[in-house]
Amino acid sequence: MPDLGKYATDILAAYAATALLVAGIVGLTWRRSRRVRAALERAETRAGHNG
Amino acid sequence: MSIWEYANPRKFMSWTGPFVVLFSVLAALFVGVGLIWGFFFTPDAEGFGSTVKIIYIHVPAATVAINAWAMMLVASLIWIVRRHHVSALAARAAAPVGMTMTAIALITGAIWGQPMWGTWWAWDPRLTSFLILFLFYLGYIALWQAIDNPDTAADLTSVLCLVGSVFALLSRYAVLFWNQGLHQGASLSLDKQEHVADVFWQPLVISLAGFSFLFVALLLVRTRTEIRARRLHALEARERMVNA
Repeated sequence: MPDLGKYATDILAAYAATALLVAGIVGLTWRRSRRVRAALERAETRAGHNG
Repeated sequence: MSIWEYANPRKFMSWTGPFVVLFSVLAALFVGVGLIWGFFFTPDAEGFGSTVKIIYIHVPAATVAINAWAMMLVASLIWIVRRHHVSALAARAAAPVGMTMTAIALITGAIWGQPMWGTWWAWDPRLTSFLILFLFYLGYIALWQAIDNPDTAADLTSVLCLVGSVFALLSRYAVLFWNQGLHQGASLSLDKQEHVADVFWQPLVISLAGFSFLFVALLLVRTRTEIRARRLHALEARERMVNA
């Protein structure tokens, strides 16, 4: 760990906020992708059965 | 084959699949290397001390925030002129990513500004235009959510995107236009006098590439999701008609 001196809190806060926001957008993107894909597969199966 | 055929939804889904994996791997690699290099292996900067380490997230996030809006502008123009649905969906998909990057730039800028400028916020031209850009992102996303008809939503959000482009441009060039305020000039520049020293520049460029790859990876995944959602809505509408 580098010596961040008196700015350690500021630097770590900036990196933590970035990590949180990036994890948030990646997580939301992945979750919605999975949900929509699963819902589409169910709808296509129903459509196939109904002709 | 015409370039526009790649924008056909079925074709888009087939050719973009491998690129999602490629850009995800590149994003993880470049962001990882850029940030580890910048955080652990660069010295403090004269006048800025160790706060210079914030540059490796602040500058890439701000750059992607502005360029995401530029990408949305191009996609919106394609929608307006050629009515390609995938372009409208790509613009919609990019907005939350761009908004997140704008938020990161604003937050890390505020955290950096407090020890350096003695204030979290100032109504400086670049900061203010960036805040307005963030509000435009919010408005753009809200407008898509508020309108049921997707074509009408695409029309109106495209117009909003054209208007917001003024602020995206201002966010980039505010320092030059007004030549005042707290925010310094470009950290990355072809002008050797202006841009940061090589020891900071190298990890910064790698981090910037990583953030750009992350944007493309998220854009592809989100656009593919929007295409699937559109097909899902069409199937559900057909089901409702059959059952009525």
